Amino acid sequence: MSATGYLLLVCLVMTVATFITRLIPFVAFREKGDHPLLLYLGRYMPPAIMTLLVLYSLKSLDLTQAPYGVNELLALLLTTALHLWRGNALLSIFSGTLFYMGAIQSGWFG
Amino acid sequence: MSTLAAAFRASVPVMFGYIPLGMAFGILFQDLGYAWYFAPLMGLTVYAGAAQFMAVGLLAAQASLVEVAISTFILNSRHMFFGVSLLARYRARGLRKLYLIFGLTDETYSLITSTHPPDGHDEQNYYLALTALNQGYWVAGCALGALFGAGVEFDTRGMDFVLTALFMVLMLEQWKKLREPYPFAVALLCGLTALWLFREQMLLVSIGLSIALLLLRTRTRQVAS
Repeated sequence: MSATGYLLLVCLVMTVATFITRLIPFVAFREKGDHPLLLYLGRYMPPAIMTLLVLYSLKSLDLTQAPYGVNELLALLLTTALHLWRGNALLSIFSGTLFYMGAIQSGWFG
Repeated sequence: MSTLAAAFRASVPVMFGYIPLGMAFGILFQDLGYAWYFAPLMGLTVYAGAAQFMAVGLLAAQASLVEVAISTFILNSRHMFFGVSLLARYRARGLRKLYLIFGLTDETYSLITSTHPPDGHDEQNYYLALTALNQGYWVAGCALGALFGAGVEFDTRGMDFVLTALFMVLMLEQWKKLREPYPFAVALLCGLTALWLFREQMLLVSIGLSIALLLLRTRTRQVAS
């Protein structure tokens, strides 16, 4: 098999495998979208998943080594405080991110 | 404001997350020696961040197609849980619905469940616009990385925090809507446990555990009443 043929086959297999993982619930519960338990999950899963994605996006953080997650903690506090104060998503997100980039690139907190 | 403009506004943080991340993939991919345009092709077809990074390793090792299929399926199996909470929300039909399902990444799921189109705009069109814009950023990043990757001088260290900040803000939006601590507390508990015990499969384990605890609450409520 040529190198390009192999790459295209890998691409195809990965496309199908990924799509199936996303498709399964829509096929499995096709006629049951208004079941009370599924409506309940539709309401309570998004807040739980948002919380988990915050943690997941920080999973490579090592709290046992300097600077002990101080940069991430401060940037998240800034983002949260700005968001509760002004309620402007873009302002909160970009202030937190710019602060974080400044903090780790200049090593303010070690 | 048009539906597309509203979706663009909501998705700007994803743009700043996906373009550098897509570029990181493009740079790694380019080292394999394939033509640059296969990197955006993967972004267009596979469209899964973690799986594409894994693919670089699999391609380099000339992994078998069965191995590729199984590892992709396992890595992305958390996506199965996302759809469960979108059944009532995705009312589009046919190809439009298939595209919404195809493009369901962590970030797209977050925007769809936590933001709203302006009053009077069709929700399904808003979801489609969000999904397509996010994929557009990702494909553009893959292409830029594979084309110019090594020549980029701008220091983007720390820019990936934009996605953490996005999830944080969307979590706060969820809190404003719901004002019930239970799902947040359950997720915090399950997430920290999974980080501690199952770091590699953290999301899959913690989402599964959280759903179990959420369902347990309806059961105990029913028993109590």
